[in-house]
Amino acid sequence: MLTLEWESEGLQTVGIVVIICASLKLLHLLGLIDFSEDSVEDEMEMATVRHRPEALELLEAQSKFTKKELQILYRGFKNECPSGVVNEETFKEIYSQFFPQGDSTTYAHFLFNAFDTDHNGSVSFEDFVMGLSILLRGTVQEKLNWAFNLYDINKDGYITKEEMLDIMKAIYDMMGKCTYPVLKEDAPRQHVETFFQKMDKNKDGVVTIDEFIESCQKDENIMRSMQLFENVI
Amino acid sequence: MAAGVAAWLPFARAAAIGWMPVANCPMPLAPADKNKRQDELIILNVSGRRFQTWRTTLERYPDTLLGSTEKEFFFNEDTKEYFFDRDPEVFRCVLNFYRTGKLHYPRYECISAYDDELAFYGILPEIIGDCCYEEYKDRKRENAERLMDDNDSENNQESLPSLSFRQTMWRAFENPHTSTLALVFYYVTGFFIAVSVITNVVETVPCGTVPGNKELPCGERYAVAFFCLDTACVMIFTVEYLLRLFAAPSRYRFIRSVMSIIDVVAIMPYYIGLVMTNNEDVSGAFVTLRVFRVFRIFKFSRHSQGLRILGYTLKSCASELGFLLFSLTMAIIIFATVMFYAEKGSSASKFTSIPASFWYTIVTMTTLGYGDMVPKTIAGKIFGSICSLSGVLVIALPVPVIVSNFSRIYHQNQRADKRRAQKKARLARIRVAKTGSSNAYLHSKRNGLLNEALELTGSPEDEHLTKTTSLIESQHHHLLHCLEKTTGLSYLVDDPLLSVRTSTIKNHEFIDEQMFEQNCMESSMQNYPSTRSPSLSSHPGLTTSCCSRRSKKTTHLPNSNLPATRLRSMQELSTIHIQGSEQPSLTTSRSSLNLKADDGLRPNCKGSQITTAIISIPTPPALTPEGESRPPPSSPGSTTNIPPIGSNIVKVSAL
Repeated sequence: MLTLEWESEGLQTVGIVVIICASLKLLHLLGLIDFSEDSVEDEMEMATVRHRPEALELLEAQSKFTKKELQILYRGFKNECPSGVVNEETFKEIYSQFFPQGDSTTYAHFLFNAFDTDHNGSVSFEDFVMGLSILLRGTVQEKLNWAFNLYDINKDGYITKEEMLDIMKAIYDMMGKCTYPVLKEDAPRQHVETFFQKMDKNKDGVVTIDEFIESCQKDENIMRSMQLFENVI
Repeated sequence: MAAGVAAWLPFARAAAIGWMPVANCPMPLAPADKNKRQDELIILNVSGRRFQTWRTTLERYPDTLLGSTEKEFFFNEDTKEYFFDRDPEVFRCVLNFYRTGKLHYPRYECISAYDDELAFYGILPEIIGDCCYEEYKDRKRENAERLMDDNDSENNQESLPSLSFRQTMWRAFENPHTSTLALVFYYVTGFFIAVSVITNVVETVPCGTVPGNKELPCGERYAVAFFCLDTACVMIFTVEYLLRLFAAPSRYRFIRSVMSIIDVVAIMPYYIGLVMTNNEDVSGAFVTLRVFRVFRIFKFSRHSQGLRILGYTLKSCASELGFLLFSLTMAIIIFATVMFYAEKGSSASKFTSIPASFWYTIVTMTTLGYGDMVPKTIAGKIFGSICSLSGVLVIALPVPVIVSNFSRIYHQNQRADKRRAQKKARLARIRVAKTGSSNAYLHSKRNGLLNEALELTGSPEDEHLTKTTSLIESQHHHLLHCLEKTTGLSYLVDDPLLSVRTSTIKNHEFIDEQMFEQNCMESSMQNYPSTRSPSLSSHPGLTTSCCSRRSKKTTHLPNSNLPATRLRSMQELSTIHIQGSEQPSLTTSRSSLNLKADDGLRPNCKGSQITTAIISIPTPPALTPEGESRPPPSSPGSTTNIPPIGSNIVKVSAL
């Protein structure tokens, strides 16, 4: 009677507990639930990716650097990224070291995409060298081409106002909050307007590569500043 | 900016071309890279091991030795490399710091050696990477504690010259080994603590019956005896407590300390009992108070190091103990509830309420299992078994932490004691070595004097006496010599060999064989190479004057102003003495280089032109310095002593 009732209730409790544990285990086995949260192991797997660059002679032929310059470049590159490739996280980290006051992650993202020419999510040494070769040893035409590529976020051949605004905001972000004069809210937008006024010849709201190159070649300042970093390496 | 990233600066600058088309204002000029050297390999030779690296690697940290121009001081023109006379092992870590930007601390390295190297290379230890920083800090702290320990024990063992009575008493209490009285006190109190505890225990043992068939405890049967014992113990404890209170440097702190509280708690019940015996109402409380008498056993912690360590461990593991308690409480409540509801159905169950089940849970979790409460239902049994299994786990978890803490503290203490014991032996050995080296000066002085004597006499056969001294030694001796000349004093040189030798060199016809056999050491006029005594310096050779007590001897002092006869020379000497000194104790010979010699000599030069000094040459190395015997000082007028065998005194007067 009462005792029997209670005893069976006790057994029922045990049964329920056992069933709950078993179902949890089943779900875990099926992979629907994850008990442990270690993504460290995942990261470790990624780190074992290795990439060896092409031969020195080949790179020398493809780029405009000498052997010695390539050696110096590679030493620095390999020091920071022993695995041989730079992924976006590392890239952002490295770039942010140079701009401690502001937030350079957005701009680094665009820069990464500009360097990652084959769009595989990582910048290998070849990409790195090719990019630097254009920037440091290329003709003005090539440099302007590269800059256009940077601004054209979706790589469709046109720079729209939105794309330009994104780029501009990213650049202003790198400055940070403590500037003089204080950054105004619409400064990027203003800057974009100025840019488009200068570059957009046919006023169709987008800048094409030809318009871009033409306008830049007419501007003395821009031409001069393109030569600024000739002897970086 | 991290140095490794400096390698990416060219890249960042190149990428800046992306800003050019959108720039509003013209760009500033780029800094010209004058002095653009091709990156070159530089060789760093550290104690023979060659390390090579790029110059730019080192220049990443320009505020360190290797990164700045400071390393040019170490540049070796002949081999075109930088030579450092330091440890190559640690240099490996330092160079890796330049290469990778992370400074690591190798575990096998001694912490102070590592610190020294870092200080040399101008690297702050704070930049040690996170991977090694913990280890570094731990070792450093350990080392600092050890040094502080040693310093403390040193300070403790210094016999401070003037301690007030109160301070002596306090020291005696804290450290019973300082004096016999303290030791006696220590043992007496220990004995009385033991007596008191044993009486407390024996009091309750039933011994014998009284007519009336009642088993009486001994305490009531021999009430008077026990009372007397108790009184005696409490007297002793009270006296001890008051003495400690009197001697304590900070009474307030002493009152608040744990040991004093234990003392008070130990003796309070007696006094309270004295006051309250008549009042029946509070007799219950009085009985309770007697319980506190057992706290006297804690007084043993003054006598036992281990007990103190245990207490300290428990205090330092307070958090682990707290965690243990907390987790046990949680588990007890959970299991008690479960057991209660599981056993609710069974008839005549002892699990009447949840608090009642607490007892079962505790007994089961600690695996005691008295068996006074057992579950009867199946569910109860299942949960009961789970309870006991989990109990083992919950208790086993924090216990190793407490144990390891105790072990660490205990071993530290053992090590401290061992170190203190070894320290004395170590210091003694170091002292012997040091005095050995300080005698070297005097040895060489003797040899120097001998050399001159030998040169003057031209006897070649004794050259083997001269010891070849290193350049550093001879320079050091020259320095001391200059000091002597500056002040006009001189160090005492004590050597039996010299006078014996000198006596054999020349004028041995004047030496009494008797005296020679008796190994007389007394004065021989030493030819001190002093420019102030031309008369003596022109003296062609050493002259010996034997022990002046031997009247048979004659002293030969050619070309000297002093009379040839020994007696007269003695007179002369004595006049010199009288003129020069007013303190006969001057003639005490000293053979150590320490300041005592100077201090003792200074009263001698009361501005008089004549300074008399006693130079005693150190005993030959076969004898230990401590084994040297000193001749007793002689009376002012006489320069004579009958010296004990084995030590000679050479008197020199510097005119």
